[in-house]
Amino acid sequence: MSRADPSAPQGRGELREEPQTARTRRTTFRASLLGNELLTTFRRWRTLALLAVLAAVPVLVGIAVKVETGDGSSAGPGGGGGGPAFLSQITNNGLFLVFTALAATVPFFLPMAVGVVAGDALAGEANSGTLRYLLVAPAGRGRLLLTKYATVVVFCVTATLVVAVSALTVGALLFPLGDLTTISGTRIGFAEGLGRALLIALAVAASLIGVAALGLFVSTLTGSGIAAMATTVGLLITVQILDQIPQLHALQPYLFSHYWLSFADLMREPVYWDDLTKNVELQALYAAVFGSAAWARFTTKDITA
Amino acid sequence: MGEVSATEPEQGGTGAGDEPVIATRALTKRYRGGQLAVDGLDLTVPAGSVFGFLGPNGSGKTTTIRMLMGLIEPTSGTARVLGQPMPRATRAVLPHVGALIEGPALYGFLSGRDNLVRYDSADPAADPRTRRARVAAALDRVGLTAAAGKKAKAYSLGMKQRLGLAAALLQPRRLLVLDEPTNGLDPQGMREIRTLVRELASDGTTVFLSSHLLDEIEQVCTHAAVMAQGRLITQGPVAELSAGARGRLAVTTPDTAEAARVLKEQGVGDVVVTDDRVTGEPPDRDLAEVTAALVTAGVRVRGLTVERASLEDAFVALTGEGFDVAG
Repeated sequence: MSRADPSAPQGRGELREEPQTARTRRTTFRASLLGNELLTTFRRWRTLALLAVLAAVPVLVGIAVKVETGDGSSAGPGGGGGGPAFLSQITNNGLFLVFTALAATVPFFLPMAVGVVAGDALAGEANSGTLRYLLVAPAGRGRLLLTKYATVVVFCVTATLVVAVSALTVGALLFPLGDLTTISGTRIGFAEGLGRALLIALAVAASLIGVAALGLFVSTLTGSGIAAMATTVGLLITVQILDQIPQLHALQPYLFSHYWLSFADLMREPVYWDDLTKNVELQALYAAVFGSAAWARFTTKDITA
Repeated sequence: MGEVSATEPEQGGTGAGDEPVIATRALTKRYRGGQLAVDGLDLTVPAGSVFGFLGPNGSGKTTTIRMLMGLIEPTSGTARVLGQPMPRATRAVLPHVGALIEGPALYGFLSGRDNLVRYDSADPAADPRTRRARVAAALDRVGLTAAAGKKAKAYSLGMKQRLGLAAALLQPRRLLVLDEPTNGLDPQGMREIRTLVRELASDGTTVFLSSHLLDEIEQVCTHAAVMAQGRLITQGPVAELSAGARGRLAVTTPDTAEAARVLKEQGVGDVVVTDDRVTGEPPDRDLAEVTAALVTAGVRVRGLTVERASLEDAFVALTGEGFDVAG
């Protein structure tokens, strides 16, 4: 193990490896293409607006529940049944607002936000002409595609966490916190409840991986960011409708949205893993299929924009 | 890819190697739909040259440049840039190439400086530790240091063009590809670009300059190629190209009628009289005899010169057509 002496530079660059401190590693990440891509994405006004809308959902739900139950009655008719899951339990424990908010945003708001970011990822760059300069830099087509997908996945996690954190904050401000009752009827402590909330947020984020891959594939097909976003969101709505038609139930287990609400199973005691596992498998399948399709398309495409 | 990087030539910064910087053989691109954009192009750009790439709009210049940069796959034929095949060797070749293709493209919501930081971080060969310095130097080189913090969407067309150039100049390059670099620039900016091109060329960078402005090419280029309708019409040193078209004899005199008569007698063809000038194709005989004949005939000669043929004359002589958009 010989450490290269900086005062005696080697003839070839590959031997000049410097000891990495945490600080230089952090600056190196920020300076990498992925770091730059993340910075660029999260500095966009549009990304921030999407996150702001997502953060507003729990605020609206929380205030609505607070106003409805201000006279001491319980939320929802007959102690539950109407509205998103866990709605009736919010008044007892603010932590339930996290579950309710995620259940309310997972069918449309979250995947729509992901579809917008994923659809625009490459098509938007093609639209503005910046794609040709990134490729001439040369970013490398495979490297750029992987960077874009990684960024969209980071956005999936960020968007979910924004909903969860906003819900937790609103829940803590408006409602009492404490031990909670699982769907199975057992009681768990607040700390474990928080842990479950984090797991649920991760399960929801994982649910979005399929849409992210689909959006990125659509993004490689067109040179218009708007068209790619609209197509992705359109596909999302179509799949949601197909998932509601009983005659298509043979097809439904293969629709990416089919197991989206399986995250509620994390609130059972013991946790019911079947649908959660199926969801992750299905999302991985979508990522593999549409990721490969995006790769095949993007690495051979003529860039004329 | 391994075999490609193993054959990378170890040339010095002078770029004066014998191997051409760009060499294409029978390069052809047919777009889906059957349109033939580039047809059997054999282009050779010598190292160290300032190479003018001429042709009317729609003649296939940009498609050629995109094939050279690995953005478009040729339908047939080969293209070698810096001695390596494109688009296979993009990773090895493109860090040595700066390019401005079909005008600048910028992120409007980022500042000028952050635009350059983004393009620099896209290049895996660029050292992140020296990025700030590189970006600052490139901004300084195109005169944008004062506006570096402004959002790019607030830039004028000329400033955007300068920022695009700065991106092409982030690294010392062996080849600089500039597609219509003076578009949108004021006369002062055009002058600066020409100065910059000459500077870079004297440092040994090969400059590949596409334009539809003939005098722009003529002012800075050592070599040129002319394209029309996807085909290469001619290529070679600018001096040779212009020499293909003969210059014109021009006599400045108040006695135009008499001068025209004498010149015809002396064997000058195609005599044209405009205001106080008489021009014509120079005769084969010594011009001193022509001058003597004019003076003997009492023509008050104020000036007598042979005007060098311009590239435009050469172009018209080659193609027999104007500079119209190809249909």
